[in-house]
Formats: sequence, C-alpha cells, structure tokens
Amino acid sequence: MPEASPTKSSSTKDFDRRDLDWYIDKFVQLIVFFAGISAIIFIIGIFVFITMEGLGFLFEDFTFKEFFLSPFWEPSDEDAPEYGILALIAGTASVTGLAMIVAIPFSLGAAIYIGEFATGKVRETLKVLVELLAAIPSVVWGFIGLSIMNPLIIDLFDVPVGLNVLNAGIILGLMAAPIMTSIAEDALKAVPDRYREAAEALGATRWQVIFKTVLPAAKNGLLGAVLLGVGRGFGETMAVLMATGHAVNIPDSLFDPVRALTATIAAELGETAVGSPHYQALFTIGIFLFIITFLINLTADLIVRGIRKG
Amino acid sequence: MFAESDLNARNKRVQGLFRTLFLMMTILLIVPVAIILFTLIAKGGSVISIDFLFTNPTDGMTAGGIFPALLGTVWIVAVALLASVPLGVAAAIYLNEYAGDNWFTRMIQLAIINLAGVPSIVHALFGVGAFVIFFGFGTSILAASLTLAIMTLPVVIVSTRESLRAVPQAFREACWNMGATRWQTIRRVVLPNAVSGILTGVILEVSRTTGETAPIMFTGAAFFLPFLPQGVFDQTMALSLHLFVVATQVPGVPEELPFGVALVLIAMVLIMNSISIAFRMYLRGKKKW
Repeated sequence: MPEASPTKSSSTKDFDRRDLDWYIDKFVQLIVFFAGISAIIFIIGIFVFITMEGLGFLFEDFTFKEFFLSPFWEPSDEDAPEYGILALIAGTASVTGLAMIVAIPFSLGAAIYIGEFATGKVRETLKVLVELLAAIPSVVWGFIGLSIMNPLIIDLFDVPVGLNVLNAGIILGLMAAPIMTSIAEDALKAVPDRYREAAEALGATRWQVIFKTVLPAAKNGLLGAVLLGVGRGFGETMAVLMATGHAVNIPDSLFDPVRALTATIAAELGETAVGSPHYQALFTIGIFLFIITFLINLTADLIVRGIRKG
Repeated sequence: MFAESDLNARNKRVQGLFRTLFLMMTILLIVPVAIILFTLIAKGGSVISIDFLFTNPTDGMTAGGIFPALLGTVWIVAVALLASVPLGVAAAIYLNEYAGDNWFTRMIQLAIINLAGVPSIVHALFGVGAFVIFFGFGTSILAASLTLAIMTLPVVIVSTRESLRAVPQAFREACWNMGATRWQTIRRVVLPNAVSGILTGVILEVSRTTGETAPIMFTGAAFFLPFLPQGVFDQTMALSLHLFVVATQVPGVPEELPFGVALVLIAMVLIMNSISIAFRMYLRGKKKW
C-alpha cells in the first residue's frame, strides 16, 4: 500500500509470518476441512443417487396406496405388475420385533452385569468377548440360520421348514445384542461415579444403587442403545435374506416364512434391467429404508444428547 | 454388636438374586455363539487345508478351493483402505484439531452416525447408482471398494478421533509456544503420539470390510469367475459373497464345503479383531502420561 507510513510497513514486515509454513498450514486446514465435511457430502450423495435411480418409478408407476398398503409384491408379472411393500414391511417388522424381544433384556442385563457388577479381569474378558461377537459378519449369521438353526427348528417344533420368523428373529437378536450391550454399557459408564458414591453413602446396596440411581440417570442412553439396535435389525440384509425363507407373506405365526425389505433388494436387483420399473421400484424401497434409518438414528442421537445437556 | 437387621438381609438377598440373574443373561448371550462357533469348527474343520486355501474351485464350485475368492477379498479390502484411511484420518484431524463445538460440527457428527447406520443394502444401491453407473466404473473392484470405503469411513474417523483426543492438550500447547504452526504441531507431535491408536482402528476396518457382503454384490463381486482380477477395473470373486453363493445358489455342494468357507471367513475376521484388541490393551499398558 503506497499510503502507509514507512514505520508501519516495516513493522508489519517484521511480524508478517506468512512464510511457506504458513501457507502449508492454511492449505492443510482446507484439505482436512473438506475431509471433515465429506461425511455430510456422502450422506447427501447417497440420498441423491438412490433418488435419481428411483425417480422414474416415483413419477410413473408409484401410487402411495398401492406401494404402502398392498400386500402383493409381483414386480415381474408382465400383464399387471404390482408393487406393494406391505408384506415386506410386515416381514421386516416381525423379524426385527422378535429380535428385539430376544436382544433387549439380554443386552441390558449383560450391560448392567459388565458395567456395574463385574470387576477386574472378568470385566475385561467379558467386554472383549462381546466385542468379538459383534464382529461376526452378517453373511456368516445367515449361514448359521440356514445350516444350524434350520434343522434345529425342524427337529424341535416338528415343522416342515425351519426358515421363518423364529429363525431370523433369533439370529438377528443374537447379532444385535452385542452391539446394544456395548452401547448400553457406555451409557452406564457415562453416569458420574459421584451418583453411585452418594447413594452408597446413604447405605444403599449395589442393586439399590443400580436400580434407583444409575438406571434412571442412564435412561436416555439405554433408550438410544435400544433404538440403534432396532435400526441395525431393520437394515440387516444378508442374515435375513438367508434365514427368513424369503416368501412374500404377512406372517400370522412364528413359523411362517417372510421376506424383508432389505432382502428383496438384495435378491432381485441382480435380475432386473437397469432403468426398468422393477429396478426403479427397488431403489424406491431403498429411499424408504434410508429415510426410516435416518429418522431412527436422528432420534437416538437427540435422545442421547438430551441427557448430556440436562 | 451390629446385628444384621431383617431389612439388611432382605436387601442382600435381592442384590444377590439380581446379580445372578444378570450374570446368567451375560452367559446366555455368549454361550449360544460359542456353541455355534464350535459347530462351525467341527463341521468345517475337515475341509480346511493349504490346498483348500490356494486352489481354484472346481466342478461348478462343488469341489476345490477358495483361492480366487480369498485373493479378491484382499484386492477389495486393499483398495478400500487406500481410499478410506487418508480420508478418515483427515476428517478426524479436522474434527479433533480444528472444528469448534458448534452446530456445524454436530451436523458432521450426525452425518457420520448416519453413514454407519444406513443399511448396507442402501450403500449397495448408492454404489450402483454412483460408481457403477454415474462415474462409469462398471461392476469393478474400484466400485465395490469405494462403496465399502464410504460405508466403513465412520470406523476410521471414530477410532482416529479417539486416539487424537488421547494426546494431552499440553503437548500441543508446548509445541505452539515454540512457534510451530497448527499443521507442524499435528504432524510432529500429535500424529506420532496417536499413530498406534489409528492403526488399531484401521485393523478393525479391515475386519469390517472383509465380512461385508451386500454392498459388493452388485458393485464388483461376481458369483464365479474363471480368471483372477488383473486390475481395479476387473470384477472379482470375494470370500463373503462366495459363502453366500455356495450356501444358497449352487446345487449339489457337499455339506462341509460352506462350513469350511464360513470358518475361513470368521477366522480372518476374529483374528484381526483380536489383534486390534490386543494392540489396544498393550498400548494402554505402555502409555506414559
């Protein structure tokens, strides 16, 4: 700047640290910023791309009433294809529901034992075991349902086929339980020790401390754990594809085979022509799954954060 | 002197009762899986041999080994890591070293949670729409790996952030006081102190990527291929999909074969997780601050 006085310009020169390292620093800051927002870009990208592929169906063949209320999923019927996902929703809901009945009590019980009762080596060992259980891939769980649970259910209950709501529900429950246990245990750990100490100072037993103090304080975190478990069960693909029996059906007993939303996409996407109404309908199911899991995760997050603020 | 009152005795009984109940629940959570694992070993153990790991499947996949699937999984995992580790580490650096505690950071966190929570089959649809069709990669290792990289990105971000957070703030302040820029501080002080923690997360991601099936089904993994992949634009077989195929799609497979495949897959995953856990415990013991 020509107007600036000589004194000022020399002083800014002395303190001007815009050397090469300064520029590198700014450059890196920019790069990591873009990496940081990449998660947002990807989430938007996922929504945009599956919507783009499903859009044709949404505008042409989609009717709200048929899509959500018809139990007939017959997309390959040449004369009158029907795209009703009610039976698929019922399939997903029944399997996830049973899985939660199996998983919620056990995972909360295990979380309380590991977090509040167990100490030292026992606690460490149990935590490691739970972490390893959570790592078993879903295709292996599906295979277990197919090859171990299936004959077991046929033998035990004297039914012709063992691939049904019961099988998939138990498999999904066993899958979701370790994850729910870890999250629930984190929620218990987030309760400050002074709560426990205060209760113990009043003469409460361990159980009273847990039941009257820790559990009420961790209530939201535990609810968040349950919700994330529901989300996990809802979105599970390979295990339900292999263990449900894969028949479009609104179940009225535990021994009915069903078909899940996710499994339908996995089974049929490979057989459809790109851009056909069937293909686009599968992407529309994808949009539906995306929105539901987004809402579940958002709710879980809000509930868990609620407790931190309060 | 202090005789136990009735109330006290009752409280103790109740406590003992619940303690036992919860212990039983924990055991019931773990034991069925242990039984299942032993069944897998009992039925699949006989199949496993060096030949099984290093030969091609024969007779319409009803005999022979799993080599192409094993190699394909290595390809897919390697390419996925190349994409997700730098991106994930950079994202974690932003979140832990630069980002403020504001609504924008919360949005990013929410997006990360959602990325982890979106069903794997939806990631597969995204992979088909974006990488296979829009970017024109076709069904290829590249498309499959990028799909998996995005899906497992949260694993890297969360574990890296965890280990960055464990580096004491005083280390950074000391470095800033010497006149170092933020990036110099991160590169010379923060990252060297966090690198082993980051590695634990990377191993965990390898394990996750190895086991995933749905996201690669339509993006790059094939049921059967007579040749091995030569580059990232080729299709490949993959171990996880191979298990699905021999268990459900191929008629006349001998009963033990899928058990053998399942055993190899689960062994790979559990070994990697165990290494990651052991590494973490070792680091915790070694920590000086």
